[in-house]
Order: sequence, then structure tokens, then C-alpha cells
Amino acid sequence: MTKQTELSAISINDLTVAYNEKPVLWDIDFHAPQGVLLAIVGPNGAGKSTLIKSILGLVKPAAGQILVFDNDYRPQSRLIGYVPQKNSVDWDFPTSVLDVVMMGCYGELGWFKRPSHKERELAINCLEKVGMKEFMNRQISQLSGGQQQRVFIARAFMQDAPIYLMDEPFAGVDAATEKSIIALLRELKDKGKTVICVHHDLQTLKEYFDWVMLLNVRRLALGPVNEVLTAQNLKKAYGGKAGFLAGMNTEEK
Amino acid sequence: MLTTQFEIMLLASLTAVTCALPGVFLILRRVALMSDAISHAILLGIVLAFFITKNLSSPLLIVGATLVGILTVSLTELIIRTHKLKKDAAIGLVFPLLFSIGVVLINKYTGDVHIDADCVLFGELAFAPFNRLYINDIDLGPQGIWVISAALMLNITFIFFFYKELKLSTFDAGLAAALGFFPGLIHYALMTLVSITAVSAFESVGSILVVALMIAPPAGAYLLTNRLSHMIFISAGIGIISAIGGYGMAYAFNANIAGSMATISGVIFILILFFAPERGILANMVVRKWHKWDFAASTLTVHLLQAEIEDADYTEHIVSHMIRHMKWTPEYTSEVIAQCIQEEFIEKHGSKLVLTPYGREKANLSLVKN
Amino acid sequence: MIEFIITLFSDHTLRIVALGAITIGITAGSLGAFAVLRQQSLLGDAIAHATLPGVCLAFLITQSKSSLILLIGAALAGWIGTLFLMLITRNTRIKKDAALGIILSVFFGFGLVLLTIVQKLPTATKAGLNKFLFGNAATLLQEDLTIIATLSAVVLMTLLLLWKEVKVCVFDEGFAKSIGIKITFVDILLTTLIVIAIVIGLQTVGVVLMSAMLVAPAAAARQWTDNLSVMVLLSAAFGALSGLSGAITSSLVSNLPTGPTIVIFLSTLVVISLCFAPRRGIMWDIIRYNKSRKQIQTTTMLKNLLLFSEINTNDPFHPHDIAALDAIGRGAIDQTMQELKNKGWAQQFKDKRWALTPVGLKEARSLTEEYEKGLITEN
Repeated sequence: MTKQTELSAISINDLTVAYNEKPVLWDIDFHAPQGVLLAIVGPNGAGKSTLIKSILGLVKPAAGQILVFDNDYRPQSRLIGYVPQKNSVDWDFPTSVLDVVMMGCYGELGWFKRPSHKERELAINCLEKVGMKEFMNRQISQLSGGQQQRVFIARAFMQDAPIYLMDEPFAGVDAATEKSIIALLRELKDKGKTVICVHHDLQTLKEYFDWVMLLNVRRLALGPVNEVLTAQNLKKAYGGKAGFLAGMNTEEK
Repeated sequence: MLTTQFEIMLLASLTAVTCALPGVFLILRRVALMSDAISHAILLGIVLAFFITKNLSSPLLIVGATLVGILTVSLTELIIRTHKLKKDAAIGLVFPLLFSIGVVLINKYTGDVHIDADCVLFGELAFAPFNRLYINDIDLGPQGIWVISAALMLNITFIFFFYKELKLSTFDAGLAAALGFFPGLIHYALMTLVSITAVSAFESVGSILVVALMIAPPAGAYLLTNRLSHMIFISAGIGIISAIGGYGMAYAFNANIAGSMATISGVIFILILFFAPERGILANMVVRKWHKWDFAASTLTVHLLQAEIEDADYTEHIVSHMIRHMKWTPEYTSEVIAQCIQEEFIEKHGSKLVLTPYGREKANLSLVKN
Repeated sequence: MIEFIITLFSDHTLRIVALGAITIGITAGSLGAFAVLRQQSLLGDAIAHATLPGVCLAFLITQSKSSLILLIGAALAGWIGTLFLMLITRNTRIKKDAALGIILSVFFGFGLVLLTIVQKLPTATKAGLNKFLFGNAATLLQEDLTIIATLSAVVLMTLLLLWKEVKVCVFDEGFAKSIGIKITFVDILLTTLIVIAIVIGLQTVGVVLMSAMLVAPAAAARQWTDNLSVMVLLSAAFGALSGLSGAITSSLVSNLPTGPTIVIFLSTLVVISLCFAPRRGIMWDIIRYNKSRKQIQTTTMLKNLLLFSEINTNDPFHPHDIAALDAIGRGAIDQTMQELKNKGWAQQFKDKRWALTPVGLKEARSLTEEYEKGLITEN
């Protein structure tokens, strides 16, 4: 096990998750330092989303330990802001952009209490940060894919947590939005927050992220992008399929 | 001359088989509830056709009912295609309306005729033998038996000739379309069969039993086999048992026959649900428990293997590691160790746990497999 | 009309029927909105059918026809049906639709068995459990109304108190769980509320059609608004309106079962909403489609006029024969030309010949330019 000089934002030991008795994650060790922009990368079915969901407690692990700032994590402690996969919800749901963002404070409000004027202002603020203020009264079905993603990110901002977990924030997003989202994530990182994203695109990995975890059911590598992104590691993760990708990445070095 | 009892049981069994055949495909295509929708909506077709013919045994009733059955399917699909409503809501809107119009028409305009709204739901199987078919004054048995047999023959013929197409379009509609098999056409043909089956069974068993017989036996069969052809035969078998058992139950309690058949089909389904050899709930529990053990054994052996590589005397640490990191309780840990010793994955040398060659193989295997 | 309303509320029986139907409509409508949004419209159908054996067993065991006891029986049976549903879908490969169908038909079939047994009891003639099949609003008593109103109040209050939790769970379950909301609790609660909403309507609407009371108002309301609160309020209003109309109609007209009558009123509302609701209605789709088609036709024609002139002569205002224009146009030539004339973009000459006007020329030039620019940026 690696030496931990400072407190990890998230630290996972021997995590195993199984769906229908088939391990999706097998004996994972994972330590995310604070204040990094970390990508979880791996082929389809590698368990990337499952890893995020287990950290949040949405999936019950078969074994293992998950610590957030060295404590057992319970969603009530509100240390993690979550951006689910965009297609996990019904975008035809009758609600407005502002309403969705306000959901970010529901956890903090607790049972029974309604969001007040203060929360509304806060939500508008968050929308402004992601450049969606003028859309605040739009019905959510009228948004483009990129706009939907920004709304979800604004909702996570509303949670104002020290750690953010994002499940494929760049899926189905146009290039311009991708750039502006990554700028937002950098801003979070500069404020000392830890941002962990499931990511697909190996080509933008180096440009966007400073840490990376390669995952394919088992953890294959974890560390700063430049150290981890070797041809050998990529081959381990993607097999022969990613030979050309590996070539490209080593070439850059 | 058959006895009345035998005639009822024969009619019930034929109905059960006739329903089970299209039911298998409804289940596999995940449109089981279309049977509910169609079997209710056809009432409107029967009533409208009755208004035209003024004759309850006219074959036109079957035509009318089938047309309304298809209308239900296409109306539902039309609503879904507008994207104004989701599939479930569309189904839940169309058939109640058609059924309601049917019920209102029956109550308002056929008050003195022999259809009433309650019997629509549960049929009058007990009276079926008295409605006999005569040709040239020769008694050919209950009319219901002839009607349902015709429907059964139709179903068998269709499934026999289009087995390949049905199978392909059920499991891979995209491929079926690519190969030129018109999955849309097959879908409507199947829905037509469901409508014809429902209306043929309707008079004797009512709309609800049609649903029960179309869904429960195939669902049970689905838990017993992986092969489509087996599933068809098992469904038919379960249907016949439900029919005969249901008649027995109705006879014993002097209760409604269709309801009893539905109940028995439910009881059989519950039995299968719990006790099916591979996919039943109990079998699942056993398998799950075994997997848990297997997983625990793999974890332990893998850790011991790693310990072997790093440091020969690691046993103490492993046990406490399991407790701390894997969140195993001390009791569970010793249980797992005991189990592993029993299965000869590990041996105890004094206080030290040592992998056997067999255990080492297991550890390596689980490392490779995952 | 006013007279009718006065008679309605002065007649004791009718007043109870009206109030009962309104209450049921409001409760079912509000809860139905969530059933529809959770894509569980058919769960209501299964639960409603599953309540029948509960009603009969409650009567068989207690020999009482007090509506409270029958309702408790119904609710328990509805709940057990839901549990079975979860048992089947969570532990086997049987899908939700098949599981719903099994629950619906088997429970109802068992209910029919019990119903026939009840009807053969000497005490049964007055039990009138038959009304639970298709509903009979006229059998509502003051006592029933009290129970219905109390349960409705509880259901609606609970919904109001947990509004925010229910909303986030229905919209985004994963997120709800991640912020510490007990989604299993909310799920069970919402299902229980739906069971209660169904159960209180059974006597009036009947088990066979009660699910429409949940689905139809919500489906209609969804077309009029994009706001959840407004949708729930509208759904409640639609439920109340159709409940009232159906119950009164069936009470006044002989031989008219209440359930089907209410469903017909409800469905009328749904059809109107689907077709004419502002923005979402099908009518607006058609209007939008025609408008855009018309626009494409006129702009194409305008560009064609310019193209023709440029090819044939150097005179942009050269008139062309309508038959030639028709040959390369996109149909409805007369309407299109009329439209161009109205806009002042084209003028008609003798012999059915048409030419651009100066304004039209300018318009056509800018359209062509735009089109070419589009081609360049696309490449």
C-alpha cells in the first residue's frame, strides 16, 4: 500500500462489488489526494460508474472499506457533490432549470423544509457560473445535451461540497461546452476541491486532468497522468484494442 | 356423449393451451400487459358487432372483437409515437376507455339480452355445456369447444409456420428487420392472434382469466427453461394443470370456475417462483450463499498468496486485515478460515495459515479470472 | 345550470355522491401525477385489481360491511400485491410487465372466487360487494364520505409535507440517494399513498377501472404545463371534475355504472388535452409543421425565380411561366405564388407568368447568399 503523508480525500481498501454474483470491481485500492482533478478511465464495463456509485453509497459493496476524509461516508454528511450520468433521468420531467439546480440544497435543508429566497438566489448564482442564467425558467426538455450537463454541474455547485464525483460529464457534449466545463472543474480544483470524473476520451486526458486511475474491474494504475499513461498500462487496461491509442500517447512524451 | 363435467374440463384445458401459446411470446417481448388491454377492449367490439347482428353466436362477433383488439394496439402505439405520453400511460388510457364504452353500451342498451357486465369479467364456464352446437339436429357438443379449438388450431398453425420469424423478431428485432422479416408485421400478427384468442376464450372464461392464462403459465415456464420450444410446451402443460385443478377447486368450494383457474395458475406460479431448480428464489439464495463463500475463500487465498510473496509470517496481519478492511466480523473470519481448511485450500501450521497447492491454484485462478 | 347546482346540493344523497366523487378525484389525480411520472401507470391497475380479495376476505372474516373494515382489507391486499411484485421482479428474470399481469389477474381471479363464495352466504344479499367491480356512487353514505375525506386529507397532507423529497426521488433517484434522502422510505410511502388513493375510490369507481382515475387526469394535466406543482393541481382538478360529472350522471341515469361513466368523462379530457393543449397539443404540432412547410415552399420558389432568371436571361425580373415553376417547385404552386404576391416579393403578369419584384430580388439574393455561406461553414 502506498504511503499516505496527508489525508486522502477518498480512500478505498479492498473494495469488491458484485452484480448478480459477478464481480464488477475486484479488490480495488484507491487513494485520491485532496485538490486534484482525477479521471477514472477504462473500457466499457470496467466498473467506472460502479466505483463512483459505491463511494456515494448507491451500490452496496460485497466487501471493502470506503473512507472519505478518513471517516466512513454517509450521504448525510454532505461531503460529496454528485453529477450523475445525463441519461439517468427523464428529461421530459415537468420542471424548470432553476428547480433542478435548487435540488442541490435539498439534502442540506433536511426533511419538511422548503427552499427559501436565499436558496433561490444561490441557485441563480450557480447557474450564472455555468453560463445558464438566462435559461433558468426553461423547461428542462428544451435544453441541448451540453446545457443539460451544465444544469447538472450547477446543481453540484449548489451542494458546495469539498469533493465532486462526476459520471461522464463530457458525454454528448459539444466541443465548446466541453472546454467551458473543464474550465469550471479547474476553477474548483484551484479552490482546493477534489474533482473525480469518469472519462472516456484518452486523447484529452493529459490536457484536462492531472491525476488518472486506470480501471478494468481491477485497478491497473493510479497516479499523476504523466506517470500512469504509459503504453504498457494502457495495454493492460484496453488489451490489444487500444494499441493505436497507446502509440499516440507515448509519442507525445 | 360426454359428461358435462368432462366437457367443462376439456373446454377449460383447450382454453388454457390456446392462451398459453401467444402468451409465451407476449412475455418474451415484454408486452405482457397488451393481453390485459386487448382482453378488456374487445368487449366493445363484441357489443358493436352484436348491435349489427342481434345474434350472440354470430361469427361476426369474433371479427368485431378482433378489429377492436387491433385498434387498441394501434391507438396505443399512435399515442406513444406522439411522445406526449410514455408507453405505460398510453396503455393505461386506451383500454379503459374502450372497455368503459362497451360496459355502458351493455348496461344501457342490452339490458334484456344475455350479456351482462359482470360476466364479461369472469365468464360463465359452468353454463358452456348448455350452449350446444347443432348441425342438422345432430348434437356436436358445446359450441365453446368448437370455437376455442378453431382458435387453437390457428395459433398452432401460425406458430408452426412462422416459428423462425417469431423467434428472431422476439430476440433481435433489428436483425429480423435487416433480414427482411418485417418484425412490425409479425408484431401485429401476434396481436391479432391475441385478440382472436381472447375473444374465443372470452365467453366461457371472461377477460381476467384470459390475462391469467396468457401470462402466468408462460411466466412460470420462463423460470424453468431456457429454450423457446420447451417453454411453449411447459406453458401449455401448466395451463392444463391450472384448468383441471381450477375446476376441482371450483367444484369443492362451489365457486366461480374462471376465478379458481386463475387462482390455481397463480399458486403454480408461486411454487415455481420459489422452487424452480435454477432460477427460483430458493435456488438463488443457495447460489448466492455459495458465491459468498466462494468469494470469501478467493479473497482469503489471494491475500495469503500475496503474503507468501512478500513475507512468510503474515498470518496475524491477514486476519486483522480481513476484519479491518473487508469489514468481516471476527466470527465470520474464523468461519471462513474453518471452511477453507475443510475445503483444503489452506492448512494450519501451529498458529500460521499456509496455502495448500490446491489453494494456491484457486488464488491464481481468481486473480486471472478477474 | 345554477338551478341544477342548487338541486344538487340540496338533495342529500346527491350531495354526498358529489362530495365523495370530488374528494376521490382530487386524491387520485394528485397521486396519479406521480404514478405517471414514475412510469408506473399500470401499477395502479394491478393494485386496484389486487384489492378485490382483500375486500371479500375482510367481509368473510368480520361479517361486517362497514366500509372502514372493507377498505382496510382492500389496502392490505393491495399492499401484498405490491410486495409480490417486488419479490418477482427483484429475484427473477421475469420483467415488470409480466409480473404486473400475474398479480392483476391472479389476485382478481382469487377475488372472484371469494366473491362467489360470499354471494352464496345467507347474509350476503345486503353486502352488495358487487359494487366493488364497476363502482356505484349512489351507494355512498355519509359514513363513507367521512372516511374518504379523512383518508384523503391524510394522504394530501403527507404529500405536501414531503413534497421536496418525493419530487427529487421521482426525478433523479440516484442523486436523491446521494444527498442522503431515504429513497426506499419515500418509495414505500409513495406506494402506500397510491394504495390509499385507490382504495378510497373502489366503492365509487370499482376495481376494474380505478387505475384510469390515477392515469387519465395526470396524462391530461401533463399536456398543459411544464411545472410539477401546476401539473399536480391540474390533475387534481381534472380528477375532481370528471369524478363529479361521472358520479352525478350515473346517479341520475338508470343502469349506468359509475366507473365506466367517469372513465368516459376522463378520456374526453385526455383527448382534448392531447389535441389542443397550448404548445404541447397535437394541433400545434400540425400547425407548426404546415407553417414550416409553407415557409420552405415560398423560399424555395423565390430562389427558383432568381435562378431561372439568371440562367435564361440577365434580367432578374424576367417573367416565367407558372408551369415551368411548378415543375421544379415543391407542390401547392398556386398557394405559394399567392403567398409571394402577398409579401410583395413576386408579381403576376398575363398568361400566368410570374416575375420577381425588386423587394423579392433583394430577399432572394440574401437567401441564396445565406445558403451558400451555410454550405461553406458546413465544409
